[in-house]
Amino acid sequence: MNDFKLYAMVAAFFGTLSIQAVGGGPAVLPEMQRGIVDQFHLSADQFVQAYGLGQLVPGPNMLLVVVLGYRVAGTIGAIVAMLAFFVPMSIIVVLVGRVAKMIPDSPWKQAIRDGLAPVTIGLMASGAYSMGTSAITSVAAAAIAVVVLGVMLATKVNPIWLVLAAAAAGAFVLPH
Amino acid sequence: MAVAEVPPDPAAPPKVTAATIFLKFLVIGSVSFGGGIVAYLRTMLVDQTKWYTEDEFLTALELSQTLPGTNSVNMSVIVGDKFAGWPGAAAGFLGLCLPGAILAYVLAVGSESGRHNPIAHAALDGVTACAVGILTAITLKTGKKQFMSFPDVLLLGVTFVMMSFLKFKLFFIIAVMGAIAIYVHRPRSKTA
Repeated sequence: MNDFKLYAMVAAFFGTLSIQAVGGGPAVLPEMQRGIVDQFHLSADQFVQAYGLGQLVPGPNMLLVVVLGYRVAGTIGAIVAMLAFFVPMSIIVVLVGRVAKMIPDSPWKQAIRDGLAPVTIGLMASGAYSMGTSAITSVAAAAIAVVVLGVMLATKVNPIWLVLAAAAAGAFVLPH
Repeated sequence: MAVAEVPPDPAAPPKVTAATIFLKFLVIGSVSFGGGIVAYLRTMLVDQTKWYTEDEFLTALELSQTLPGTNSVNMSVIVGDKFAGWPGAAAGFLGLCLPGAILAYVLAVGSESGRHNPIAHAALDGVTACAVGILTAITLKTGKKQFMSFPDVLLLGVTFVMMSFLKFKLFFIIAVMGAIAIYVHRPRSKTA
């Protein structure tokens, strides 16, 4: 496949996901994992790892698309993935935002938010499920995931420390 | 910072250039490790610069949560557009995303070259396991209210099954479940 065709595929893939991100970016994670594995032939493990690396950086929580774009199509792929994922939705937001000012307040706005919330949560749960079933392949890995889950639910610790701690733990307890 | 002193007035918004917007969002994009960007945005927009009143901020936030996309990015373009049109929107977006994107790129390159080293490989496996715990925790925390409501548990359960087991396309799930869920949550008069 020539490079241009690959970049076009990356742009189409992330651009399509962009406009489907209802209730926030994480809603598209299960579809993204499926597509990354089926269309771009990365392993599910690499996808989950990209999500983990994305938690180490400041800014929006969906910068894993930069990591994925790089893994799939190099430096240009990283740039294409980032623009394709963030720009289409941004354009929609600007356009709708301008129109929304003219629409009087309606109880339907609240209904849309309340209605989309459980759909978003269901999709995020699906993302966690598909990540878990593909990435947790040893008791030690399961232990790391469970400890991280417990600490995050019980405390307000910044997740970045958990990622760094898990990397250190992995270096010691996971098979080399 | 002279612009910060202009009092908010919806009729005459303070004069803010795209360059100022870029720099303000660049700060947030650089320091917001580990999420929680909405809190940073609130501090910057309402307390620090006074570009937004509390009410305006909540209205913008609600819009950014209703529309597709990452909330923080949506906020950055809404704020940028309000003061400086399309260039402002682009400035907000780039300021918010560039620092993290550059760091993500460095991590992508580093992890790619490091994965043949056995210790680095095991460390990355640790990151992978951690990712599962983080997303699970974020899901449970974000859905606190939904997991306590019977109709919502039903809606999110069906969505989960459609995505994870029936393997429907996301477009289809959003269209069908979104319509059903919004109908379930439709506005009802208090007397009904």
